[in-house]
Amino acid sequence: MKFAVIVFPGSNCDTDMYHAVADGLGMEAEYVWHTESDLSRFDGILLPGGFSYGDYLRTGAIARFANVMDEVVKAANEGKPVLGVCNGFQILLEAGLLPGAMRRNESLKFICQPEPLVVENSGTMFTNGYEKGEIITIPIAHGEGNYFCDEETLQQLEENKQIVFRYNNNPNGSVADIAGITNKAGNVLGMMPHPERAVDELLGSADGLKLFQSIVKSWRESHVISS
Amino acid sequence: MYKVKVFVTLKESVLDPQGTAVMGSLHKMSHTQVSDVRIGKYLELTFEEGDYDIDEKVNEMCTKLLSNPVIEDYTYEVEEVVGQ
Repeated sequence: MKFAVIVFPGSNCDTDMYHAVADGLGMEAEYVWHTESDLSRFDGILLPGGFSYGDYLRTGAIARFANVMDEVVKAANEGKPVLGVCNGFQILLEAGLLPGAMRRNESLKFICQPEPLVVENSGTMFTNGYEKGEIITIPIAHGEGNYFCDEETLQQLEENKQIVFRYNNNPNGSVADIAGITNKAGNVLGMMPHPERAVDELLGSADGLKLFQSIVKSWRESHVISS
Repeated sequence: MYKVKVFVTLKESVLDPQGTAVMGSLHKMSHTQVSDVRIGKYLELTFEEGDYDIDEKVNEMCTKLLSNPVIEDYTYEVEEVVGQ
């Protein structure tokens, strides 16, 4: 399985993402610059964290119009796994691939700490390696991770089981303790916590590795069945 | 030429933690008359003359980029600037 790590001007978790896939997971990864106009050679798309375009206007607002985003939308529509972490999540929201928006953290502080998460849905292509209700520790590092959506959207997220991770101790004020959501089809995941920073016990937690392993597992299953 | 002034604010239904913090400071300065502070953005756009509908243009820009309709509202003023 081959992963694209999309790099925007101002991305700063791209190396961690590459490391998680290439060394943690043992799969092929490639850095892809934001000007790229073809992602058809990849099986999975990863949007790393950082401060694309300096967070000008709003987080992710400028990156959403980058050349490569048309291809990311295309890959999402084709059903390929698309994972956006932190700023990657913010970009997916701005691009309309996921519902809702981000506000400044309730405390107005940039929060950088290990964070316990509850796995709400273990039936997705990103979480099949976890148990439902399992508490995992994944670090967060953001100033704008205060997820917001209206009541109606929240109800849809709940009904369709699109809420994949919730904070156990909500650090930022997010609606319904939301830490990560998928699209309706389940192949696009956005999350504020950084699974790519938790792929080795040496760094404090390896709980994030299962997320990447889940993607590979479900990809293998679907490709064995289809071939 | 047109000069367009765009004001982007958080929707009433969305809490504004920055505004709340600023109000706290105003209260500490004894300006207790202030009962709410909302922080927004102000953008100035200059348009060249041309064959287009300025309102249509500005609305499209505001809904697609300048504001995020999920959490923000916008208003704008169009001012005609006479060239030198």
